[in-house]
Amino acid sequence: MSILEVKDLYKSFGSTEVLKGINFSMQKGEIIAILGSSGSGKTTLLRCINFLERATGGQIFVDGECIFNADEKKKISAAEQRKRQLNFGLVFQSFNLFPQYSVLDNVTMPPKLLAKERSDYKTNKKQIFADIEENAKMLLERVGLSEKLSNYPCELSGGQQQRVSIARALALDPKILFFDEPTSALDPELTNEILKVIKDLALKNTTMVIVTHEIEFARNVADRIIFMNEGVVLEDGTPEQVIDNPRNERTRSFLAKML
Amino acid sequence: MKIWLSLLEGFEFNLMLFGGTIVCAIPLGLLITFCSMSKFKPLSVLSRIFVWIIRGTPLMLQLFVVLYVPGIVFGVPMKSRLLAAFIAFIINYAAYFSEIYRGGIESIPRGQYEAGQVLGLTKGQIFRKIVLFQVIKRIVPPMGNEIITLVKDTSLARTIAVSEIMMSAENFSKQGIIWPLFSTGLFFLAMCGILTLLFNKLEKKLDYYKA
Repeated sequence: MSILEVKDLYKSFGSTEVLKGINFSMQKGEIIAILGSSGSGKTTLLRCINFLERATGGQIFVDGECIFNADEKKKISAAEQRKRQLNFGLVFQSFNLFPQYSVLDNVTMPPKLLAKERSDYKTNKKQIFADIEENAKMLLERVGLSEKLSNYPCELSGGQQQRVSIARALALDPKILFFDEPTSALDPELTNEILKVIKDLALKNTTMVIVTHEIEFARNVADRIIFMNEGVVLEDGTPEQVIDNPRNERTRSFLAKML
Repeated sequence: MKIWLSLLEGFEFNLMLFGGTIVCAIPLGLLITFCSMSKFKPLSVLSRIFVWIIRGTPLMLQLFVVLYVPGIVFGVPMKSRLLAAFIAFIINYAAYFSEIYRGGIESIPRGQYEAGQVLGLTKGQIFRKIVLFQVIKRIVPPMGNEIITLVKDTSLARTIAVSEIMMSAENFSKQGIIWPLFSTGLFFLAMCGILTLLFNKLEKKLDYYKA
């Protein structure tokens, strides 16, 4: 069974149709890179899947369970909505770290708040918090930031901030991790440190969807590439199929400009 | 010496009015902010009209309205002049504070809310754990400004004959002693000086991170 299935997803802003029926599914452990020019709807697709925008049509399934249905008008409880949300992690283009918290607190704060809902929270709080902190330190070490635990985001470079935000997303152990152009706000030198972290996650079989402009990186790390144009999926296949032998004229001209 | 003591006595009224206004207007302002940012249109329109009226008319006029209108229109005379002063000041400053809060809340980037949402925080947690502190940091300078203005505005209570410091000083000038009237400035200067220092300290304390 697919871990994620997106069915016929539509999204309009007013009269502008941004997504015009997106279909794809992915397996656990798979890594998909989404390519496409600006305005092709890649970011909107990610935002719709992550509930930051409400799609105007279509369904989304996780592990076969429907987590979004545009036709369903019934109001979903806030708790249920958050449960659905937590299937996914999202790394933003602009990091969106919380400036008033230290690096470590940025990573531990969401799981600590979430732990309040556990039934053993009151009796076992110390242990739970210790585990969360240990896990956060482990994640920050993995992204190469164990020296920076008590620093504040404003004291870090863009690349370091983005690595914190990756650790923050991982701390909630999402089934699928989404990246929305994770390197677009960074200098080329800093881009590489992020790409290295994502490659490392790939080696650990993290299921990921990466919206990116880095075509070489997409080729190296992704199992599959989706090419979007004007709100539709034009190509969906292995990197060899999509990058080296694109079927579509539009894909060819895009790649020619980017490579 | 007697004159100084009598001025100080008058200034106690100013300080009371100042303290009471701060304590009540800060939370009341937040309530008005929530109303004017509410998604329920009539409520937000109503509270924005309210803020417009309060900010658009002189505080001095509002003092008279609070003092006389309950008696003239509703037949319930205001119990005391001091109470009228308190009510007028609290309402007036709550309106100003609410606009400062609104500016602060609206200046927080949307990405902060979105990050909170995708990390599974509830709306309340996003406000309390992420947004609130950043808002406080941003509104401390304009609040400091407004609060210093309040210190001096308390002298307006004199217009409805609350026996604050200006009125005590005027009593002396009527007897031909002019200097107390000018000396009142020292009291306001001292109070504003203390507040300036306090706010500088607070700003420094919140300066451990840059947004």
